[in-house]
This record gives sequence, structure tokens and C-alpha cells, in this order.
Amino acid sequence: MAKPKVAFYWCASCGGCEEAVIDLAEDILKVVEAVDIVFWPVALDFKRKDVEAMEDGSIAVSFINGAVRTSEQQEMVELLRRKSGLVVAFGSCSHLGGIPGLANFWDRNAIVNRAYLTTPSTDNPDKVIPQVSYETEVGELTLPEIYDTVNSLDQVIDVDYYLPGCAPPPDLIMNAVTAILEGKLPPKGSVLSPNKSLCDTCKRNETKPEKLLIKEIKRPYEILIDPEKCFLEQGLLCMGPATRGGCGERCIEGNMPCRGCFGPTDQVKDMGAKFLSAFASMLDTNDEEEIKRIVDTIVDPAGTFYRFSLPSSILKRRNMKGI
Amino acid sequence: MADNDFEPKLVGFLCRWCTYQGADLAGTSRIQYPPNLVPIRVMCSGRVDPVFVLNAFSRGADGVVIFGCHPGDCHYQEGNYKAVRRYNLLVKLIEQLGIEKERLRLEWVSAAEGARYAKVVKEITEEIKQLGPLNWGRTEEN
Repeated sequence: MAKPKVAFYWCASCGGCEEAVIDLAEDILKVVEAVDIVFWPVALDFKRKDVEAMEDGSIAVSFINGAVRTSEQQEMVELLRRKSGLVVAFGSCSHLGGIPGLANFWDRNAIVNRAYLTTPSTDNPDKVIPQVSYETEVGELTLPEIYDTVNSLDQVIDVDYYLPGCAPPPDLIMNAVTAILEGKLPPKGSVLSPNKSLCDTCKRNETKPEKLLIKEIKRPYEILIDPEKCFLEQGLLCMGPATRGGCGERCIEGNMPCRGCFGPTDQVKDMGAKFLSAFASMLDTNDEEEIKRIVDTIVDPAGTFYRFSLPSSILKRRNMKGI
Repeated sequence: MADNDFEPKLVGFLCRWCTYQGADLAGTSRIQYPPNLVPIRVMCSGRVDPVFVLNAFSRGADGVVIFGCHPGDCHYQEGNYKAVRRYNLLVKLIEQLGIEKERLRLEWVSAAEGARYAKVVKEITEEIKQLGPLNWGRTEEN
């Protein structure tokens, strides 16, 4: 029997998700034995035309990482969707928009101007900025178009499953691959990680006081972080209450608060708003002036609460009107 | 920006123990005030999830008002204090997303303050009229 065909692709991402595949270590040999990798730009020399030549639906599963923010990425994911039985959004960027999704605080013009004209280190006397097409002596050269808005994968194509995390941990990847190979998949649209908040499995839960009361917000560099105590109790912004668990608590073990890369649980659409709600109720004062003072010490609430999920949040992006 | 024909769409979350009855009183007292605000009855201003507010903006509201009991009067002891804490943080968050802070208000109106309810709704309607439409969603591209 022919081995099932598998494709990997990357969009707006850092390459960390490709590393995560390599992090399977010896287990990757089992994967390679069981499947036939037909497309993987970072590691194998197959081209777009090879994918185009395949029959529709002939790839068993495509793992796509990265957010979608250019016309090329959109074409590629639409192509892979046509050729694949299953599409798995792999990692935070593809699942929720991720770190590249923070670009939704600006638009294309603002970003291009900053990067090509106004940064202190820019040396661009002719004020050259990228064009989608350019005439040269040898003919027209083209570049993909960058969109104003960064999208998560499911805002562009139909997605069957989600593997959360920045990057997804090896055990979840292996579970997902095994489930696909054995045909033991959960309902379509599932996030392939337990549907419980991180606090549920966090070891620091044992030492957490019954009621969390916060008088001062601290940033990690400002204090010596107690390795046993709940981060919120120490005044540090920890996204644990609003974040899905299953990550293996790598950050917590490293004595750093959760940043929310696994996204919300199934019941929640907008993790930033939910975290805001939970966190604000912990502030230990009823005096309006004091509340304002504490809130002012949170430097960047939108960027912190939506660090990985701005494109998939309710408002999705900043309103650029009047800016 | 100020368009004379523009009628703002406002969403109000009214605590059932105070403002909702205050609004009722404004009605039974035949006080005239603008019809722009759609009242939604909630059990407490502390029940107003920030998600409700963001949903209202994303679906076309030009302004959102959370109404609760005066400090110290909460039926559940401190629900309205939770509303103040969330409100202040939420205002900061929506400003970062390009929504003017004037579009989100928190107001205390008791069951006896029918006239005050009418006055607040009138003020807010005027203010948002000056500010113009938010048009969330229509400014989005791609």
C-alpha cells in the first residue's frame, strides 16, 4: 500500500515551527517511515509546480505554519487546500495570527514607511520602497503584495485541525500524527490539546492564595521572581487563566509567566478580553484614582493580552481612521 | 466630521437593580430623550464582560455605555467596583485599537434617577454625534 502523502508549508512565520518538527528527534524516523513527504520548502527540493501537478485531494495532510499576509501565501495555502484531504494549522501564527499578527496595530503603508524610510538606521536616499511590479531592461519583475491585515489560516481557507503553540511541543505533534495515521481523529475544528486552562495543571496552583489580590503590576526584569509562587500573586502578568493548557509548562518551569501562545480554550473567542476581565477583577482597590494609577502601569495592554491572537480576536485589527 | 444627519447607534448595558428601573421611571414620567440607545438589561454592571463591549463595537455600535449602581449601592456588594476596574483597563485597550475613549462610558444611575438617565443618554448621544460614526468593519481591508 502506498504511504500517505504529507506536505509542510510556511507562511508568515519565523521558522521555529520547522524546528519543532526536527525536535521530534528519533521519532521523526517513525514519521518518515510511515509517510511520504511530498512538499517541504525548508528541507526538500520540491517546487510549486510539483504540487500543482498533483491530483486534487491526493495529499493526505498538509501542515501549514505561519499567518497569511501576502498574496503569495494566500495562493499557496489555497493550492494546498485543494490538493489536501486534511489541513492542520500548525503553531500559534497559523492558529491565531501569532506574533506577526501584531502588525495589525498598523497597516501596510505605516509598516513600509517605517521599515524603508524612517528608522534611524535606514540609508535610502532615493526613497526606494517595494513595488509589486517593476519594469527593467530584461522585462517585468514582480513581488507578492503585502496585505494591510494579517490573517490566521482559517480566515483564508477551511482548516480541519489546529496544533497550538509557539512552537507546538513534540508530544502534541506526535499525538496528532499518530491520530491521523490511525484515523482516530476528534471532530473537525478541534484544537489538538486539552481543553483546560493552564492554571489547571500549573504546579504553582498549590501555593496560590484563595483570592488573588494585586496592588502593583511588575515586569519580570523589575523583581527577583520566586520560583514557587503564582506569578499573578507576585504582580506579574501571567496569561495562564485565559490560556489553553497542554504545553508542558515550559515557560513556567523556566520561571517565566505564560504569554498565551496556546490561545484560548474552546469556550472563548476573544482571549484578550477574557484575560482583561479576569485580571481587572484581581486589582485590590475600589478607589477609582488608585485603579487608574495601577492600570497606567500596564504599558501595553492590547499588545500583551493579544500577543498571539490579535488577528483572531473580535476587533481583529486597529482602526486606522484618523491616524 | 460632524454630519447633521448622522444618528449614532448606542448600546447600553443597564443594571437591573438600578438603572433599568431608572430608565423605566424616565419613561413613566414622560421625560423626552433621544431614542438612539438600545438598552440591554443585565444582572449587574459587574456582569458586563468586556467581550460584550467589543462585540457591540465590531457589529456597528458607535458608542457603548455601561450603567451601574452608585459606588456603595451594589446589590451584590462590589459588582460595580469590578466594573470600574474593567472599564479603566478596557478604555486603554480600545484606544490602542483606534477607538476613541469617549465611545465607551461608565455611568452611575439609581432607580430613583429617571431624570438623570434621560440627561445622560441625551449628553452621550450629542457627544457621539459630534465624534461621528465609528464604522467598524467598513474600515477593514483585505
